[in-house]
Amino acid sequence: MTEDLARWQFAITSIYHFLFVPVTIGLAFLVALLQTTWYKNGDPVTLRLTRFFGSLLVINVAIGVVTGLVQEFEFGMNWSNYSREVGNIFGGPLAMEGLLAFFLESTFLGVWIFGWGRLSKKVHLACIWAVSAGTAISAAFIMAANSWMQNPVGYVINPVTKQPQLNDIFAIFTNPVFLWSYVHVLLASLITASLVMLSVSAWQLRRRQNAAFVRPARLAVIVLIPAIILSMFIGSELGVVEGKYQPMKIAAAEAQWNTCDSHCSFSLFQVGGGRNDETPTQIIEVPSLLSILATNSINGEVQGLNQLQAQYVKEYGPGNYIPNVFIQYWSMRVMAYLALAVLLLGLWAAWLLRRKTLEKSKAFLFIATWAVALPFLINTAGWLLAENGRQPWIVQGLMKTAAGVSPSVSAYEIWISLCIFVLIFAVFAVVEGFLMVRFGRRELDETDDHPDTNDDESADMPALVY
Amino acid sequence: MTLGTFWFLIDVIFWVGFFILEGFDFGVGILHSFVSRNDEERRICINTIGPVWDANEVWLIVAGAVIFAAFPLWYATMFSTLYLALVVLLVALIVRGVAFEYTRKIEDPRWRTSFKWGLTIGSALIPLLIGVAFGDLLHGLPINANHQYTGNFFGLLTPFGLYSGVTMLVLSTLMGATYLTLKTTGDLHDRVAKLSTQIGWVSVLVVWGFVTWAHLGFAPGFVPNPVEVVAVLALIAAAWLAGNGSEGWAFAMSAVGVASTVGTFFTQLYPKVMISTTSRAYSITIANSASPTYTLRVMTVVALVFFPVVLVYLTWTYVVFRRRITGPRLGTPAEGDLSSPTSPTAVES
Repeated sequence: MTEDLARWQFAITSIYHFLFVPVTIGLAFLVALLQTTWYKNGDPVTLRLTRFFGSLLVINVAIGVVTGLVQEFEFGMNWSNYSREVGNIFGGPLAMEGLLAFFLESTFLGVWIFGWGRLSKKVHLACIWAVSAGTAISAAFIMAANSWMQNPVGYVINPVTKQPQLNDIFAIFTNPVFLWSYVHVLLASLITASLVMLSVSAWQLRRRQNAAFVRPARLAVIVLIPAIILSMFIGSELGVVEGKYQPMKIAAAEAQWNTCDSHCSFSLFQVGGGRNDETPTQIIEVPSLLSILATNSINGEVQGLNQLQAQYVKEYGPGNYIPNVFIQYWSMRVMAYLALAVLLLGLWAAWLLRRKTLEKSKAFLFIATWAVALPFLINTAGWLLAENGRQPWIVQGLMKTAAGVSPSVSAYEIWISLCIFVLIFAVFAVVEGFLMVRFGRRELDETDDHPDTNDDESADMPALVY
Repeated sequence: MTLGTFWFLIDVIFWVGFFILEGFDFGVGILHSFVSRNDEERRICINTIGPVWDANEVWLIVAGAVIFAAFPLWYATMFSTLYLALVVLLVALIVRGVAFEYTRKIEDPRWRTSFKWGLTIGSALIPLLIGVAFGDLLHGLPINANHQYTGNFFGLLTPFGLYSGVTMLVLSTLMGATYLTLKTTGDLHDRVAKLSTQIGWVSVLVVWGFVTWAHLGFAPGFVPNPVEVVAVLALIAAAWLAGNGSEGWAFAMSAVGVASTVGTFFTQLYPKVMISTTSRAYSITIANSASPTYTLRVMTVVALVFFPVVLVYLTWTYVVFRRRITGPRLGTPAEGDLSSPTSPTAVES
């Protein structure tokens, strides 16, 4: 009971946290690009655009930071046995994240917000780049820690205490799962933020006919297309890498119950095939595609869930080692299919930009406005695929999720915290959504209604931002 | 000194840094609702900490993460023991953090009032709750042989813990008052200056009570620890200096008072980190909770290389934003299409 509740709470708080994280990482980068352009061309419209999207960034960061605190605390609160066993390995990247990334990010964000007009343009520009670097470094440490749970490396088992202990920090940061998943997350962040920028620009072009927004739309598309294409390749390669260390995760994502020797077909759509239903009705299948996706070879073998289960029972003792197949199968497909839709949208936008008719295409602008929902669905599906696919392990092959909970925390207490978090997160989701929409729909010039700016460097300081 | 003790010391430094820096942010958050006569003054108060509060909160994150990495057993037991208290703490951190950014985003009195009180109450709860937690570490809690807490939520409300919470709350308010005195001008400045003297003398009494209780209750011997003496003397100096108008020194002495009060918790605890009232043998210590040497060595290298860099740019931000903050200056209408008609300004202190 406490395990299920603790898992629900962690899943809800992480998914919620990760709605804001990729926007922060991606938008910090895009705003830095905009400001760099302004630094070079000195155009007041570029400055307004920088500040316009900067305000969206700041609204978003506020929630991203505080929900991240919940994550850090939960390891100790809900997963104390996990923290106790592997804290000497897993805690390291978190401490480094605080020291190397959070200080950088939060210090320079504060200086950037309050520094308009106070600092020289060059130093002020450097501040937003420092924020962008901070967000990317932060993601690196979190992904290194998470990848260690997917593929534990760089440790030995202490012969006396029987606990895993760190013996090679470089292995943690060269973990193949880390390298591929980190790039994947950075690309996902760029995709998310560029779709946010595209969506806002599309609304402005459609409803306000403000041609200034063609510029951010173009920037968004220039970032989006390479990011989404690369992300598909990297994601596919990540699947191959994880298949090596976590074959169960991949077999479940394909609902592959029995081992297939070669030319395995990829199921595009099926009915049934969940946990207790081994005979799904295949609606559409593509011959040989699964072998290619899972092993990079048309002759590749894809292990089946039944065979893996038997092998794991032999290796780790009795138990169910198969993750929820329904979640795996569909999260993988939702992620991949929606990514394809994003790619098509990006190509459409590129074509319109080339013909210089983007601002006139009502259909595109309408669809692009609403397409902002896609990256959030894709990101959530991606994390479900990664985390659900690791179950029943909290650290693959080393520690089961059930063994990681806090023995002294009762189900009652988790119910209370779960309700409180859900309630407060729901309230702030509404507040944040409301603010993002409101600020995304402002007139461009309204950006400067808030007296946080003073473009005149010789003037006295802007004092009251808040 | 063992590596474990070294990291205990590093962690104490992070807690001290947190209670000094974020301490004045809490104080400003608490006081801004009470010392301001109007909305303009409330804004001035909040904006004195505007550029720095977020970075100051990182000290808490790092202090926690250092315990996670360097003392996993301590982290596991402390965080699961304090479960519901930490939920309240997280809610306070969330509401307060969001309030900074969101209060001014909507021109609606109800919206503003909600976030104003969110900021005030959140700022008061955080030092209070962490103070209770520190007090509990020293007072001791029922912890069994397996290092698991065997009590319930109400068991966390020990008298000493509660008094410790009040102590940290009062000290944060003092930090906020002396900081505001340094950063404001005019009428508002005169009010907070007077207030910081009063809070200063209250702090002397509260902390005198605290060190006495901490010493007689939990320390062997009768001779007071130097840290305890410094805590009381520094606060007497702070209150006296605040009354004399030595604003900078009053702030500095308050910081010394905070540092030695936090230091009192940890010097009394050392070499333990969390005391068990079930049996002293079950207490968590530096030795039984520290990570293996390799982990501590890696962290030492990272900290020695990067912490000085962090300190350099943190100092730089305080230099950049060193001026006092005031309301809009008469006779200088904002110019240019990018500045607001009511653009408030800062003046040299």
